[in-house]
Amino acid sequence: MTDTIATNESILVIGGGISGMTAALEAAECGKQVILVEKTPSLGGRVSQLYKYFPKLCHPTCGMEINSRRIKANKNLRVITMAEVDEITGNAGNYNVSITKQPRYINDNCTACGECANAVEAKFDNEHNYNMDKRKGAYLPFNMAYPQRYVLDSGIIGTDDADKAKAACRYDAVDLDMQKETVQLNVGAVIWATGWQPFDAANIQPYGYDRYDNVITSVEFERMMDDFGPTGGKILRPSDNKEAKNIAFIQCAGSRDRNYLKHCSRICCMASLKQTTYVREQYADDGKATIYYIDIRAIDRFEDFYAKVQADTNVSFIKSKVASITEERGTGNPVLHGVNTEGYDRYDNAHDLVVLAVGMQPSVDREKFPVEVITNEHGFIERPEGSTGMFAAGCASDALDVNRAVQNATASALRAIQVVNRFSKTEV
Amino acid sequence: MADTKIGAYICKGCGLGERLDTDKLESIASGEGKAAICRQEEFLCQQSTVDKIQADIDNEGINRVVIGACSRRAKFEAFNFESTCVSRVNLREGVIWVRPDTEEAKEATQEMAEDYIRMGCTEVKFMSPPSASQEQSVNKHLLVVGGGITGMTSAIEASKAGYQVSIIEKTSQLGGVAGQLHRKVPSRMPYASPQDNGIDDLNNQISANSNITVYLNSTTTKTSGAPGRFSVDITTESGSTTTENFGAIIQASGFTPYDANKLPEFAYGKTPDVVDQLGLEKLAQEANGTPIKRPSDGKVVENVMFIQCAGQRSDKEDHLSYCSGHCCSTSIKQAMYFKESNPNCDAAVLYTDLRTPGAGGEDFYRSAQRKGVTFTKGIAKEVVAGDNQHTIKFTDLILNDEVDLAVDMVVLATGMLPNSGVNIDAPPAEEGSVEIPVESILNLDYRQGKDMPQLVHGFTDSHFICFPYETRRTGIYTAGPVRRPMDINQAIDDATGAAMKAIQAIENSALGKAAHPRSGDLSFPSFRMEGCTQCKRCTVECPFGAINEDEKGYPSYNESRCRRCGTCMGACPVRVISFENYSVDSVGQQIKAVNVPIPDEDDENAVAKPRILTLACENDAYPALDMAGMNRIQHSAYVRIIPVRCLGSVNTIWVTDALNSGYDGVVLLGCQKGENYQCHFVKGSEIAHYRMSKVNDTLTTLNLEKERVATYEVAITDIQRIPQLIDDMAKTIEDIGTSPLKF
Repeated sequence: MTDTIATNESILVIGGGISGMTAALEAAECGKQVILVEKTPSLGGRVSQLYKYFPKLCHPTCGMEINSRRIKANKNLRVITMAEVDEITGNAGNYNVSITKQPRYINDNCTACGECANAVEAKFDNEHNYNMDKRKGAYLPFNMAYPQRYVLDSGIIGTDDADKAKAACRYDAVDLDMQKETVQLNVGAVIWATGWQPFDAANIQPYGYDRYDNVITSVEFERMMDDFGPTGGKILRPSDNKEAKNIAFIQCAGSRDRNYLKHCSRICCMASLKQTTYVREQYADDGKATIYYIDIRAIDRFEDFYAKVQADTNVSFIKSKVASITEERGTGNPVLHGVNTEGYDRYDNAHDLVVLAVGMQPSVDREKFPVEVITNEHGFIERPEGSTGMFAAGCASDALDVNRAVQNATASALRAIQVVNRFSKTEV
Repeated sequence: MADTKIGAYICKGCGLGERLDTDKLESIASGEGKAAICRQEEFLCQQSTVDKIQADIDNEGINRVVIGACSRRAKFEAFNFESTCVSRVNLREGVIWVRPDTEEAKEATQEMAEDYIRMGCTEVKFMSPPSASQEQSVNKHLLVVGGGITGMTSAIEASKAGYQVSIIEKTSQLGGVAGQLHRKVPSRMPYASPQDNGIDDLNNQISANSNITVYLNSTTTKTSGAPGRFSVDITTESGSTTTENFGAIIQASGFTPYDANKLPEFAYGKTPDVVDQLGLEKLAQEANGTPIKRPSDGKVVENVMFIQCAGQRSDKEDHLSYCSGHCCSTSIKQAMYFKESNPNCDAAVLYTDLRTPGAGGEDFYRSAQRKGVTFTKGIAKEVVAGDNQHTIKFTDLILNDEVDLAVDMVVLATGMLPNSGVNIDAPPAEEGSVEIPVESILNLDYRQGKDMPQLVHGFTDSHFICFPYETRRTGIYTAGPVRRPMDINQAIDDATGAAMKAIQAIENSALGKAAHPRSGDLSFPSFRMEGCTQCKRCTVECPFGAINEDEKGYPSYNESRCRRCGTCMGACPVRVISFENYSVDSVGQQIKAVNVPIPDEDDENAVAKPRILTLACENDAYPALDMAGMNRIQHSAYVRIIPVRCLGSVNTIWVTDALNSGYDGVVLLGCQKGENYQCHFVKGSEIAHYRMSKVNDTLTTLNLEKERVATYEVAITDIQRIPQLIDDMAKTIEDIGTSPLKF
């Protein structure tokens, strides 16, 4: 299909995480035509994989529900999932965009009844849970997934499972012949809300993420807290599925380090402070959390939260960049080695589980944008300058927490509106 | 009501046809439900069937649609018929998916479905399609209160989108604190050196822009009206007042630097060589690139120490408990002033946590290290002013040592206090105490108070992580350091974001549409004044200050301030407040439509069939129940669930009516209340808990056990807990017996 479905008064938002959803909604709720393109099968991005937000300890799915409702009700906003932008040409006020849409193999008829998932057998790594468990080859990515429509994993196409899924569907929603499509759009402004990815912890060799089962990342730890997640909502050690009660959090795992990410990822201090409350939530006084840190960057009023966690006698703080981790024989306990820089004491501390507070890396490699985009050396898109019609929103622009990402995305929506208003013939 | 014509459409897909007697459902819809058209469909949400419903609307005069299928959260777009009222009868997630597929369960499951059909048909009878009132006006003129870098940015960004802006600035010039800076922290790569403060450029843009008007030496002395029609009195220093109308307002009133005189331990005021950060900016400006000289004797500074968190992050009296966010990078920048003008100068930063988050922040920190700025982790205890040099006494946390360091100058990194005006939630002053009057910023003539509600430490931030602009005064947005401690780069984003929201408020209020979180909602409450007893509960409880009182004490409603939550409807003891599509009747009559079985007293083998009413917040509890259904988590078949806009909209009459009609229990499900409240209508859950505590009297009067009414705080993640809470009520009823009030 090659169809023009937008005009140069439209705004294209690339990325359907919370920043993209926000930028798209704020512009659409101002009466603008918006196309929101998302690479995965559903909206929500990284926040949909979080258990709670700091510092309020409220659930991200609450805001997701509001945002999905806003999207459903807004006729100015069109969502295209499983799609990526291949090419952008033109200038501010008039961009031509080429988008490739991967086949979902499920059409709009889908009622999300789940019969296809019941019918198929093959299982695949579950991306939503950072591959900590498996999902079926026909699946709804998660409970809150929007669009609420199943997906067939391309891995079952051509197998019996595909036929089973098709046979199970009574609504003719399974379309095994669905092909990759190219969609051409003409838009006035573009917002890059391409977000972040966790830094690959396996790169930090001394920490042994790839060698030790009981060394996990902060994003994986979040998934453990979901009742419908890989551990059914329990903090369990991957090595033996035993409850992990004595947990070490290592800050700046891959951040503020010239060997890995030079920048500070901003969220990790608060995220680990927050995660110590998960330990308390599950184990009360039986749980122990230790944070190994360089600086605790609980900026502005987050300080209140830091103070609250500091007051928890089961949480201790060690100012130290952990040198290395080894595994204790027999127990599988990770042992942290290093020097506490407050007093220069050497330590060899055994814990049940280590959580690496991994850094934020831009999702799109700076070399891989399909059009010239000005990024800094860390790969984040720089603030707009001159008469561009392309803007970053959220973590594509910097390592930001959710609140700041949304603030930034709201600002980007206005920057895009300025462009389309400037080029539109109609008077504002 | 004479012209309502109901079309009821029952889906047989997704197992509904197999699990339920849909013929029976159809006969209930057409009989008791009085549906003019009633159809069963194998696959209701497919386009061709949806088109048939649309044809009934277009050709047969159907104006109320009952969809007996899946949850209102599913297939929303398919069943979103314009200009009609739609009731989504949740037979899938709400009935068959939460019930076992067994022969024993069949009867109770069918009864559940039948009741929900009755409820849906009843609901639409008491709904009418919402349409905007005629009171809207378009006013594309934006007011910005405060002419610092935040206000200037908001004004410029809004004008670039085509809107007119007026800036009101208290002082004689624009620029605020940023204008007093020698340089600012860099906002662009390579984030290595201080850059121009940018105020001249903004000033030039503003003076060249015919869409921006600036009022200097002026304040807002009265703000009344609502989004789309704010009326603001602008008063100059000399006392002359002009009144202007605006569509929306941005409050960018900035911050006041912490008074360093409160830090005598650091010798501030004892020697001019101890300055705060703004004091240093002044010296740097005077030096203008030449080596900075110390104020006491004009000697070129050869060593300087920056004390971070001075009077901040501290629980001492008169100190600030929070972190002001910008001070680490500001000290780094200022240390660079010294190093760049005099490489031999020792510049050291004394800190506990060096907070330069993000990509640019860390680059700037590293750049300072390259330039020779030193960083010492420690806690300053005292500064002793000397004749020649001054001594800083501090604990070095790395060396675990007490250190006395002699320096030429000391810079105190003190914090910021928001200029947020009057704290409208402050408890009234104790009798006899002397109150220092706080000048209001906006002088709102709202019943709820003159200024914006504060979140914490006096800052006017939104309460929500995902919605930083979820304001509690519709059409008024705060931006910059009055909202939250922030640096210039963040303030610029914030100013732009707030301008976005202000423009949106202008556009939507003109169309009669609600602002977030019920964005686009056209329904609004109407007040049947002849029944009003002037009790003022609605005006007091409105979380958004939408309702004033007129001279006679009647509620005076402002549609475009309203967020359509229904808290007023829940508050009204005489029930004169209702929305077109959500009213005391649209819910109350559903409750009455449920078939409450009367036990056959002669039949000893009769099984009790209790009825439980659950009123569930549509944002958290209801989606959680849906997801329980999606995961086939079962709950009692005796419950009848009605989603509500907010628990604050629950009128106690619904509860007493339910009990009077023989329901055996009532479960109310709202959001978390208290300090970290999660209610997007602020106090809905809290108010509901309070109101329900009063229901006990009613229970006593009716001779009913108080366990029959339970109110819970739940979250959207309580997918397993909520069905359990419902089952707990079923168990309670089993224990205490069914209600005696079944006739």
